Amino acid sequence: MNSVLQFLFTDPVIGLVKGLLVIGVVLQIVPLLIYLERKLSAYMQGRLGPNRVNFVVPYAVPGLGGLRLIPGSLQPLADAIKLAFKEEIIPKDADKLLWYLGPFLAFFPVATALAFIPFGINHWDAFGSGIMVDLRVCSVDISVLLLFAISSLGVYGIAAGGWGSGSKYPLMAAVRASAQMISYEVAMGIAVLAAMATVGSVDLQQFVVHQATNQFADLGLFTVPNWLVFSQPLAALIFLVAMFAENNRLPFDMPECEPELVGGFHTEYSGLKFALFFLGEYAAMILMCSLFVTIFLGGWASFWGPDAWWVFGWVAVDPYATDGINAILSHLWFMGKVMALLTFQIWIRWTLPRFRYDQLMNLGWKVLVPLALGNLVLTAIACYFLNPIGVGQ
Amino acid sequence: MSAPETPQPEDAYDGDHPPMTASEKSYIPSIVKGIGITLQRFFKPNFTVQYPEVGPYDYAAQDRAIGEVNPRHRGEHILVKDEQGREKCVACLLCMAACPALCIHIEPEPAPWDDRERRPKVFEIDMLRCIYCGFCEEACPCDAIRLTPKLYTPTTSRTERVYDKTRLLENNPEAQVPQRPRK
Repeated sequence: MNSVLQFLFTDPVIGLVKGLLVIGVVLQIVPLLIYLERKLSAYMQGRLGPNRVNFVVPYAVPGLGGLRLIPGSLQPLADAIKLAFKEEIIPKDADKLLWYLGPFLAFFPVATALAFIPFGINHWDAFGSGIMVDLRVCSVDISVLLLFAISSLGVYGIAAGGWGSGSKYPLMAAVRASAQMISYEVAMGIAVLAAMATVGSVDLQQFVVHQATNQFADLGLFTVPNWLVFSQPLAALIFLVAMFAENNRLPFDMPECEPELVGGFHTEYSGLKFALFFLGEYAAMILMCSLFVTIFLGGWASFWGPDAWWVFGWVAVDPYATDGINAILSHLWFMGKVMALLTFQIWIRWTLPRFRYDQLMNLGWKVLVPLALGNLVLTAIACYFLNPIGVGQ
Repeated sequence: MSAPETPQPEDAYDGDHPPMTASEKSYIPSIVKGIGITLQRFFKPNFTVQYPEVGPYDYAAQDRAIGEVNPRHRGEHILVKDEQGREKCVACLLCMAACPALCIHIEPEPAPWDDRERRPKVFEIDMLRCIYCGFCEEACPCDAIRLTPKLYTPTTSRTERVYDKTRLLENNPEAQVPQRPRK
């Protein structure tokens, strides 16, 4: 049995399975997010939101006939069908190559960057075969750097789409979007630099292991894990703000601000190309939320350890265990945190008004970048003198 | 002659409101307050009326604030019946004269009864022309034509929108008792 599994679990096979799994899950979360966004926004505005498209219990079933299951839950599917059957209109002045490349360039880097996110524990004894599986698609030691390098390419998709449309509003939106994303990437990068200095690694899995195996404080009753949101609160705040700007979400949704720019960089797009832009946007949300969770909220680590018998010790993740249940638990912890953060992002969107463009740039360059730099210097000094666990290993 | 105003920097205190404190400038307290408000709003009841299923006439929904028709709303007309079930109208044509949209068409005939001389043979209201002003109601000396709060009566053709006497007499039988408060 073991030899069969070892023969089967070659690196390409494991990589392929993990890759398909991640892409599949992300593509399934996007409709869920769209439904969540519509429902949350509706309830925050005193409406009901989509509640007509859903499965209905057949009338033949006694008692339950006609019961609507999760009202509106099929709305994303209905949207997708609508988009698929829409006529695709290409503007006369469009640059055909860029026009076709745009949506793919917007979606591809995000999907690729998701490969570096650890979605579970770093050593899972796959079905008892003795092969340790690292629960992320691409196990490289420089995953933070690679992730930033690849996800930054997403700007090209927006720029190509806006430029290729051959229309002035998408062009302006594309210029705004690229300026905004590049500016906020600076602050975000420096904030992550401070986190890297604290952990002493540029490997995302090492980030999580560091947070899972150390304590931030022992309060007697319980111990606070060394999540970087506790030890690097300023960097976490800067990353959070920059995350909204990176995702082009309200309060920073300059690239799509409807009153000024019609529909933003995808004004001229229709049909499935528009859907791909949409998909890329939501996938980018998932990517950024996963990144925040991994770097600052402990990734797959649980808030309490398995020895904390008085608070659900059985759902805690043991960072040293290799069994399958532990791996599933670690994944559930990760997904739970990501979903909570995504909900928070939607919540913020329907709360705050939009910034003005100059306010946006002022916040980025005059507030967040100096704060992040100061934080980095302080962290460097603290690391030099205190040498916290993890540095210099 | 007043002295020319000295130019002020843009962010100078203009006297209307005090300068912002550090916590106000960081926006964080206001953001927390804002997300608190949206969270409260999330758990409050919704205003949506499920229109085709729940109409504004549903008495079960009478206590809701939105979706209820104002009892003084001027909707479709009725011809009021008297105690003996006859129409009250004496075909005086005053409503026809008062109508600014010229939507009422009446053809009188001699009444077979002793208490009045005429009654309408044809009484038609073109609902597509009607502007629901209520002048016919005000002009009527016998309180024979009234506007009810009845709000929507979709039809599938334009000819159906011309209401004849039978339809006006039978229109919304509950509304044969006065519903709109009088002046």
